Amino acid sequence: MFDTALTAADFAFLARGAGMTIVVTLISVIAGTILGIVFGVFRYQVGPIWAAPLTFVLDVFRSIPLLIQLVLANAFLGTILRLNMSGFTVACIILSLYTAAFCAEIVRGGIEAVPMTTRRAARSLGMTWGQDMRSIVLPLATRVALPSWIGLALGVMKDSALVYIVQVTELLKSTQILITRLQEPLLLLMICGAFYFVISFPLARFGGYLEKRWSND
Amino acid sequence: MIEIENVRKSFGSLEVLKGIDLTVQKGEVVTIIGGSGSGKSTLLTCINGLEPIDSGRITVDGTEVHAKSTDLNKLRRKIGIVFQQFNAFPHLTVLENVMLAQVKVLKRPKAEAEAEAVKQLNHVGLGDKLKVYPSRLSGGQQQRMAIARALAMSPDYMLFDEVTSALDPQLVGEVLDTLRMLAREGMTMICVTHEMKFAREVSDRVAFFHKGVMAEIAPPDQLFGAPRDPELQKFLSATH
Repeated sequence: MFDTALTAADFAFLARGAGMTIVVTLISVIAGTILGIVFGVFRYQVGPIWAAPLTFVLDVFRSIPLLIQLVLANAFLGTILRLNMSGFTVACIILSLYTAAFCAEIVRGGIEAVPMTTRRAARSLGMTWGQDMRSIVLPLATRVALPSWIGLALGVMKDSALVYIVQVTELLKSTQILITRLQEPLLLLMICGAFYFVISFPLARFGGYLEKRWSND
Repeated sequence: MIEIENVRKSFGSLEVLKGIDLTVQKGEVVTIIGGSGSGKSTLLTCINGLEPIDSGRITVDGTEVHAKSTDLNKLRRKIGIVFQQFNAFPHLTVLENVMLAQVKVLKRPKAEAEAEAVKQLNHVGLGDKLKVYPSRLSGGQQQRMAIARALAMSPDYMLFDEVTSALDPQLVGEVLDTLRMLAREGMTMICVTHEMKFAREVSDRVAFFHKGVMAEIAPPDQLFGAPRDPELQKFLSATH
């Protein structure tokens, strides 16, 4: 039944693709989250009118399909600006901004979920805006935002499959290369899916663990 | 000493404070009574600068609260305030709730902050709840924790904004007992309250607010025994 032409070298090739998926996802999720926090706090703090230009740009990143963004950014950065960027760099930049656009909304929602009265109590104890943000808002907003953020991170991990369009050979692209050569699509897609699952599962469980831990209070 | 001089404040077109004058001496307990919307809670949030005022002046120990040069965060260290809603920090234990501002604002070493927190929590009868999260506390216990949290900052003044209004009736007593204890200990207090019996017992003076005006202020025996203002007479007959 398991009569396959798949060799250990092919398997290693897939693992390297999975490694690329992890690297692109990690960079994008970390950079996107940091940017998203900055954008989200800014949007909350300055109010809808002053934040309108930023909101518009973020909406663009949220609305246009990632594939189109990647192709256009690659063309724009490479052909028009003549920046000699690798596909990997372009992929990380676009995926980070894409993550940041969603993350900013999650952050803003998290901050808004912290009751104004709780923040007032903190300020009335003499805490500064920064102390209130760090000691009260950050931990409380994180609890609210975590499930959405985990969802975002998992989504970005799967969306990172699209970076093949800028010549980055990640997990799905590696799988396709092998499918073309070996003509064993079902087996290879099953292995590919298993790789994705192995990458996602710890993150999803980690989120579940944190939620459970925080539910005590 | 808290000096309030001709303070006016509006929310949009609604003037909630129409020229309030009030001086509270060190060690004095002043309670403010009056119907809802009379401006009494607003006055408290103006005293510690949580709300700006439109005109007039509030000074605390000679520092003008709403002056641009005033460091409000510094000023608020000496004015504790407890609100109607229970404002526990839900992600921190009772002990941590009371320690946080001491460490962050007063820069007290952790051990010292903890000792002070334990002392204040014992004082309000929560000595056995140190490691508990606020969600496990009753409303009355949460309110007493909020009082301990404010007291741990060693304030010179305490403001209480209808601290029993959101409580179940059977929990009101324990919080009022805590306030009575503070009053006996000589804490300078301004209490906005609907508890007339309490106001009568603890106050040096009672002020009656009506539609943004301080209609009458007098020692409790006089204010409750022989009210002069017709609105106050109506108010008292309705609440008794």
